[in-house]
Amino acid sequence: MAEILRLEHLTRTFQVKRQTIKAVDDVSLSIQEGEILCLVGESGCGKTTTGKMIAGLLPPSTGRIIFRGKEITTLRGIDRKQYRLGVQMIHQDVYASLNPVHTIYDIIAAPLRHHGFASSEAATQKRVRELLETVDLTPPDDFLDKYPHQLSGGQRQRVSVARALTVNPSFIIADEAVSMVDVSIRISLLKTMSKLKEAMGLSVLFITHDLALAKYFAWEGRIGVMYLGRLVELAPAHQLVENPQHPYTQVLLSAIPEADPEVTRRKKHIQLRSMDIPSLLRLPSGCAFHPRCPAFIGPVCEQVVPELRPKDGAMVACHLATRHSSLTT
Amino acid sequence: MQRLIDTLTRTWRETVKTFKLLSRNKMGMFGFLMTLTIILLSFVGPIIWPPEQSANVADINQGISAKHWLGTDFQGQDNLRKVINGGKDIVTVAFLTGVLATFFGVIIGSFSAFVGGSVDSLLMELVNIWLTIPKFPLLAVTATVVKLNDPVTLSLLIAFLDWPSLARQVRSQVLSLKKRDYIEAATMLDLGTRNIILSELLPNMMSFIMISMIGIMTFAIYQQTSLVFLGIVPYSSANWGVMISAAERRGVLFNQQAMWSILAPMGAIVLFQLALVSFARSLDEVFNPRLRTTV
Amino acid sequence: MNPTLSVQHLSIEYQARRGRVQAIRNVSFDVNKGEAVALIGESGSGKTTLGLGIVQLLPGTAKITQGKAIYHRNGHAIDTLALKGKALREFRWKECAMVFQSALNSLNPVLRIADQFSDTAKAHGYLQGRALADRARDLLSLVRLDPDRVWKSFPHELSGGMRQRVLIALGLLLEPQLLILDEPTTALDILTQRNIMDVLKELRQKLDFSLIFISHDLSLAAELADRVATVYAGKIVEMADVQTTFREPKHPYTIGLINAVPTLKGTREELTSIPGSPPDLIELPTGCKFHPRCPLADAQCKQNEPELEPISPGHQVACWHWKLARESLNKFKA
Repeated sequence: MAEILRLEHLTRTFQVKRQTIKAVDDVSLSIQEGEILCLVGESGCGKTTTGKMIAGLLPPSTGRIIFRGKEITTLRGIDRKQYRLGVQMIHQDVYASLNPVHTIYDIIAAPLRHHGFASSEAATQKRVRELLETVDLTPPDDFLDKYPHQLSGGQRQRVSVARALTVNPSFIIADEAVSMVDVSIRISLLKTMSKLKEAMGLSVLFITHDLALAKYFAWEGRIGVMYLGRLVELAPAHQLVENPQHPYTQVLLSAIPEADPEVTRRKKHIQLRSMDIPSLLRLPSGCAFHPRCPAFIGPVCEQVVPELRPKDGAMVACHLATRHSSLTT
Repeated sequence: MQRLIDTLTRTWRETVKTFKLLSRNKMGMFGFLMTLTIILLSFVGPIIWPPEQSANVADINQGISAKHWLGTDFQGQDNLRKVINGGKDIVTVAFLTGVLATFFGVIIGSFSAFVGGSVDSLLMELVNIWLTIPKFPLLAVTATVVKLNDPVTLSLLIAFLDWPSLARQVRSQVLSLKKRDYIEAATMLDLGTRNIILSELLPNMMSFIMISMIGIMTFAIYQQTSLVFLGIVPYSSANWGVMISAAERRGVLFNQQAMWSILAPMGAIVLFQLALVSFARSLDEVFNPRLRTTV
Repeated sequence: MNPTLSVQHLSIEYQARRGRVQAIRNVSFDVNKGEAVALIGESGSGKTTLGLGIVQLLPGTAKITQGKAIYHRNGHAIDTLALKGKALREFRWKECAMVFQSALNSLNPVLRIADQFSDTAKAHGYLQGRALADRARDLLSLVRLDPDRVWKSFPHELSGGMRQRVLIALGLLLEPQLLILDEPTTALDILTQRNIMDVLKELRQKLDFSLIFISHDLSLAAELADRVATVYAGKIVEMADVQTTFREPKHPYTIGLINAVPTLKGTREELTSIPGSPPDLIELPTGCKFHPRCPLADAQCKQNEPELEPISPGHQVACWHWKLARESLNKFKA
């Protein structure tokens, strides 16, 4: 498999009231063609900011984003276009992601017309119908003249997917793409996305706060867990869920309630050392998780930022978890 | 060629749809038709009913009658005919001011929002200072310095005073719209800045812009008639402001029979404004699909 | 023994631009003493309206068209929907406290936490001074907040989870018998959510109050509830104890919902969505409101709406075909 995207030491800072906060700190990873990678974390962990940088909506403060072997800021002409159209994003907010003044037809037709993907109005119509069918909005004629507000959340999100597909992308970023969709229809939306991924060989970056959803969607892919701007663990999905290495991942997994009374009531919850969530403005020194970490092992955690190191097929940024492997390598 | 035809048919379909939507709102339709009538009467009316050249001593200060629908003035001239002849300047200045002030307001406001940074801060600081200056006294003083013989100069002057508040509102609208997800989506689809502004941003601001423009127009009517009433703008031609001023000076306040001479131009102003405002209110429904009950 | 709250044939309507919204239609259920009842359903199912209706906090466009909510305390029975003025205000704090989803912003931003407590106490003629401070500090400790730190803080100095816990503590100040929570953890992070859930479990052990909580999150119900009511299109379509709801659900909607939620345990399970979309409450389907999405629907379902009927002790279902319901799952999958 060829690599489609690589992040190298990606960092993004913001100025907030004359103070600098690091929303994303030194994130490096690589995504292959046709792969699914989930980024999971709580609000403020930097997962959305990472997505926006990959989508080219936010420039990184430092670090590099490499798309198909080329750094994206150096791209010109046809290469730039290939990247720009190649990476598309599905937003979370199903009410804000479609322009309320346009019909579904116009929303999907606009990129086709602009980029000349359809030679005539007749060809545009044909393609719009095809795309609506691809995202399981059938029959397409029921949707063409509708406005976004006349559709349900799930249907709107399908229109967003169809719109992204107009430009034949190779990389889709789905930022909490189903979290505003009703529970009873989430799975079918995810199934549609999986189907498209397979059919078109898309790579998908799936950003979510819901680990169970990540596990379901990225079962054959990988999951990366972020905490306060840093990637703390990256592993194949089933491995991360069954055998988490980082204490933060372990705490998260133990904290999530399950939709099964017996399982959820028997679950052991790992207690944190402190409930306080550190502010991005005053990040703890060393490992940012150390004030809350149940596996805290002493000064090294307070002083040294742990690097992402290999451990049993996963990548983990924890002094305890990688102590032995780092000694041997 | 095919593209051009496609675009034209689309535009035509849009126009028809807009008109259909407008026709569904009774007040809006009334406003639209009334505005059209006033414009037509003001420009075509004087050709059919030219102003009376001489005084008519027998008919001074008459009330309403079959012969004089709105009575007569101190010279015995027909009030209705004077109202028809006095509309042209008012209507011209109102529309011209509305268009000019809106144009500057939208351009400067969106420019400020798009460029951002220190340019934005500077522009908005200027706008804020501008907004604290009392407009009418300034207008009155300027009007005595600048020769205001024609409606175009007067419109420019009023527009120059009126654009800043709109600019500030447009700026905040653009700033909030710019962050919408669908604008981000359009950026990722590489639809081009011009296209994004014209077909993604502007349509969402259209009702707001149109309503602001009509607001400025009604404001311009007041300012203009006030200037004429105070005698600051010369009596170059007959208009509704002149009529009110003349009626007042000729003792309407003391002569009950002459009441119609002041009610006629006032009524014209009120009717024009009412037409504009009811038209504006219906525009929200035309531009915002969410407010339409069915399409 | 009388239930703490007995909702009987409650119907609530809204007036919207497009027409009448039938948010709650003829809903009846009991909440027993010390019991936690979960109302689960998707957005627009009417579950929040139900919560607001019980405490009469509905917006002006809403109207209770029929029904009662009988509240029992010390052998007295009162219809809370008939309460007005002072009696209603007293009921809302002393008997029944509520923490709503939007509640994160419902603390007065210019008052310190201490003043929020004393204002509430004063308004209801409750303890003052030292006695109040002691009681409030006990409650804050119970919700796992550090009273010394929180007591003199302003709301904006606290995180979302801390404010949520302050509100729960404030709600419990006047020792109500009933607590209503609407999506108590929705806007919160996983670890904060876990903390609130643990707090709630602990509180229920220590203080014996009844709990109604409203959520779209099945896992929350699985963990906290004694009984679960599934709400669809303004009606309870199934009600059972929590084990039965998750092990032996009989309504195709409950079955569909449970099979639409991924779990963390085990390998990847096969999940399915329910076809179609939740209904438009203004133009409700005829007959059973679930029939357009239901794989078991037949002519009867299109014509007649089934009422909630007991099928075994403590288990009620509103479905013509509940005996076949297990099959619906296979049909969802197909």
